[in-house]
Amino acid sequence: MSEVKKLTSCTTGGPVRVHVQDDKILRITPLELDDTDAPSWEIEARGKKFSPPRKATISSYTAGQKSMIYSDNRVMYPMKRVDFDPNGERNCQNRGVSGYERISWDEALDIVSGEMKRIKRDFGPAGVAFWTSSHQLWGNFGYRFSALARFQNLVGFTEVDHNPDSWEGWHWGATHLWGFSWRMGLPEQYDLLEDALQNTEMIVFWASDPETTSGLYAAHESTPRRFWLKELGVEMVFIDPFYNNTASLHSDKWMAPRMGTDSALALGIAYTWITEDTYDHDYIERLTTGFDKWKAYVLGETDGVPKTCEWAESECGIPAREIRALARKWAKKKTMLAVGGLGGWGGACRAAGASEWTRMMVILAVMQGCGKPGSNIWSTQQGAPCNCDFMFPGYSEGGIAGSGAAGFRWNYRLFDEKSRPTQMPQLQTIKRLNLPEAILEGHAEWYANGFATDYIEQQFQKVEYPMPGMPRIQMLYRFGASSIGTMTETNRYARMYRSENLPFVVCQNPWFEGEAQFADIILPACTNYERNDISEFAAAQGYLADSVSQNNHRIIVMQKKCIEPLGESKPDYEIFVELSKRLGIDDAYTEGGKTEMDWIKQYFHATDLPKYVTWEEFYEKGYFVVPVDPNRKRTPALRWFYEERERDTPDWGPAPRFTVGMKGLQTASGKVEFEASSLKRFDPDDPERHPVPQYDPSWEGHHTKELYDKYPLQMVSPHPRYSFHTMGDGKDSFMNDIKDHRVLIDGWYYWVARLNSKDAEARGIKEHDLIRMYNDRGSVIVAAEVTNRVPPGCVHSYESSAVYAPIGEPGNSPDRGGCVNILAPKRNIIKKSSGMANNSCLIQVEKWEGGNK
Amino acid sequence: MKKPIMVIDVARCHDCNNCFMSCKDEYYNNEFPPYTCSMMRHGQRWMNIQRTERGDFPYVDATYLPMPCQQCQNAPCIEAGKGAVTRREDGIVMIDIEKAKGMKELVDACPYGAISWNEEHCLPQKCSFCAHLLDEGWDKPRCVQSCPTGALTFHFVEDADFDAFCKENGLAAYKAELGTNPHVLYKNLYRFTKHFVTGSLVLDGDCAEGEEVTLKLADGSTRTCITNTFGDFKFDDLEVGDYTVSFKTKAGQKDITVNLVKSFHLGAFDL
Repeated sequence: MSEVKKLTSCTTGGPVRVHVQDDKILRITPLELDDTDAPSWEIEARGKKFSPPRKATISSYTAGQKSMIYSDNRVMYPMKRVDFDPNGERNCQNRGVSGYERISWDEALDIVSGEMKRIKRDFGPAGVAFWTSSHQLWGNFGYRFSALARFQNLVGFTEVDHNPDSWEGWHWGATHLWGFSWRMGLPEQYDLLEDALQNTEMIVFWASDPETTSGLYAAHESTPRRFWLKELGVEMVFIDPFYNNTASLHSDKWMAPRMGTDSALALGIAYTWITEDTYDHDYIERLTTGFDKWKAYVLGETDGVPKTCEWAESECGIPAREIRALARKWAKKKTMLAVGGLGGWGGACRAAGASEWTRMMVILAVMQGCGKPGSNIWSTQQGAPCNCDFMFPGYSEGGIAGSGAAGFRWNYRLFDEKSRPTQMPQLQTIKRLNLPEAILEGHAEWYANGFATDYIEQQFQKVEYPMPGMPRIQMLYRFGASSIGTMTETNRYARMYRSENLPFVVCQNPWFEGEAQFADIILPACTNYERNDISEFAAAQGYLADSVSQNNHRIIVMQKKCIEPLGESKPDYEIFVELSKRLGIDDAYTEGGKTEMDWIKQYFHATDLPKYVTWEEFYEKGYFVVPVDPNRKRTPALRWFYEERERDTPDWGPAPRFTVGMKGLQTASGKVEFEASSLKRFDPDDPERHPVPQYDPSWEGHHTKELYDKYPLQMVSPHPRYSFHTMGDGKDSFMNDIKDHRVLIDGWYYWVARLNSKDAEARGIKEHDLIRMYNDRGSVIVAAEVTNRVPPGCVHSYESSAVYAPIGEPGNSPDRGGCVNILAPKRNIIKKSSGMANNSCLIQVEKWEGGNK
Repeated sequence: MKKPIMVIDVARCHDCNNCFMSCKDEYYNNEFPPYTCSMMRHGQRWMNIQRTERGDFPYVDATYLPMPCQQCQNAPCIEAGKGAVTRREDGIVMIDIEKAKGMKELVDACPYGAISWNEEHCLPQKCSFCAHLLDEGWDKPRCVQSCPTGALTFHFVEDADFDAFCKENGLAAYKAELGTNPHVLYKNLYRFTKHFVTGSLVLDGDCAEGEEVTLKLADGSTRTCITNTFGDFKFDDLEVGDYTVSFKTKAGQKDITVNLVKSFHLGAFDL
């Protein structure tokens, strides 16, 4: 046996050391730093010193990645659906049932490129639609915004566009209150860890479970911080319909408002502050507009309903005295509102009325002086000491495509007169939430073209499919295969795939999972362990400015090819090169034949890495830790706003052409707008999104009586714990054995749903009984976990199954894969948006007696 | 010689499963003769995270007890193994991958259920503290390396210092009554094995913060607790039995007799 090589890689759940012997991965471990790496930061607070462990943390799906690389669910060869004939009968109606046969790469590539040429001739390039999963394998070169985007841009396409599913209510709500459109309504978070350790006395975690959601890609980097804060005596209150996993470590108090009523709870708190005169008058006067209108609404002067704590209790179920106690403590103590897992986000932002809830969250923080020392919106997740000036781009800054959301920071560095960015052809987009209607009905409409982050009013643009002069989609090119579990009213997608309106479906993915079963041709991509790449731990810049401040150390990784691609699988880049040749665009795609390593080296040299290490040193060591200057200037988030200075944080703002100056917020007034001038201008009479935020009962909740009588349980389907959305689930991975993830019953690994012991007892359901969760939209068969960690009337089940396994006709029968969002409404959080509201979902549950078939 | 000891702080574990996944990563499809044979892809739990939940909505908590082989000083599996199970000089209990073949009875020999049966190798198997890595110079096993919360830590302790080490760190064996003297030791074990009583005090319609509440045990001893922001009190680390909870009201002292069977919330009391 040859020597064990210790290589480096990076994943959606942290950087890793990969031990390889004889073309086999032995083990994948967390990356531990050594003495030659840059020193760790240290924070002094209240007489103590805090410094992070000298290692990178990983998520459990990364810990189990070996079982995903070596999995019987890998697609080893190009495959064709047995009864699909591109020159004869396509049998679209048999997708999902007909089965596959192995074909050669040449045949597969000829069919795919042939179909693309045919469709481009007959319909134009927009006849080809590309749809990617959100979180493909890690690596800035191979990522969808890079190798794939370059290919898409050169062939032309209809983009199946993502909705901002983690942001939702923030984007459609909070943006109108305080701007931050480039952060989709979320606040900046710079230097808040030090601020909190030194000053904060209480943290209110509201729809926030950082131990579960890891911010974004940041594994358990924030875990030590919460232990430190507890050590300093910081009180922690959790508001969540689930006694969540962060709460299980640190909760001093758990409040579980009835789902959909979080805004009522917020109003009770605001009412207490206003009537007891315990809010920050100076802040309100200097830095906000429209407070009087908010105050009038809270006091009931505009609608006759004073939002007392007793009123709030009647809506949300939390005792009025506890709401008052929380409000009084909050007003007395320097408090961080940890809303959502990232500093923003949170399951309550994916629900009816979320545009109002997010605004009320900001309002509560503002009424207590958001930006003052120790008082802010901060979820313990971002804002660690960080060298944000060091340029290494995030995965969505354009990669080798040059067309990313925040490409203005990157493109001029990567490309020169010999190397060119590609332009995204503005042909046509369709929101993935509307894709089934677009295919099945031929028409769809929504608001906001793209992520709409440049300026506040951009999200008011109404969009229709097909766009003027554009064809209907003829071909769907799936990159990554498992989105189906995360979409709403999921059976729509299965029905879409089985429609003749969709003549051709390709899937390019390492695994036969999710909706791969609906493809006509499957192209086997290899994993990122079977090719080279370059990336940084949790660097989602482009989506999230300076998201690397989530980490305790900025770690940039040379993702080395560890093993040869399994079977006949190929790197994504190679697949696109092969297709490019057949389409006659390979010279443009590869810039005259650049290999994977050519691009990676070019990438390296465009970053700030060469200021510190040579390419050879970087490649040899496999990673680089970005040093942090202990004497750097501290710029706590929003302190500049509080002190009425120009913005001094490293925050980028929107792209230069949308920047409106560095003083004040992005709103028309430059201030926090209790009454949103953007909404007044656009549509002041929108019954779902009011200029001054209001509490409206959910359109699918305890006030919708007829539906509630039939389906009396509220389902919460939050972002998952052990997988990253669907990444890591299924694939026969070790994850199947995690007790809280899936349960093996009669030979099948069932998804888990958690229901309250009283609801279980009333239905004769015991631990690990199979249950059917259902409503008018469909049925899902899952294993019951009987618990008191959810209130009576609530069912908790993550949204992220990678397995769609209908027991009968796809799209019209119960699923035992665990795609619980089959039950969730397709309705947007508000009509004038494209935001999903999966957490407004009424269901019923019964014991499933249908057995294992 | 210093012997390896694993310490598991139950109060720092929230079931992230990194230990479980890293263990599978190490042993699935990897052979480390003469230490261990590979683990099956599914089913085996050399690190078995046990779970318990205490109390009723909304006064609950959730506790996890990661359980590897306890590396007992008096390991019942050694006697049952008839020479197929031995204890190394450093205290690690090893199952011989040749001699133990076919000895399914070893699975039942462990009172902790830490030995599982590998059908593919026809072999009883368990955690070895990653002995093959320790012998290579690693300072901790895979599970400890990937633990993000510090719930799992690894120490090397002289026999002579063992008792003091346990005392200083507040450590105890799980199921100490078995007398097996494990080298896996737990902190805050009460979260898993004992019970709590909670209650809430209300004064004039508001949460009564800062009130003193007393718990009287059957032996006459007492404990006190001050109510928090929400008027809540909590007594934890209690055995099943009879207790009296007392606090002052406007009408004088109120005594509540509690027959504790499992963790529960007494309710809210108006002072």
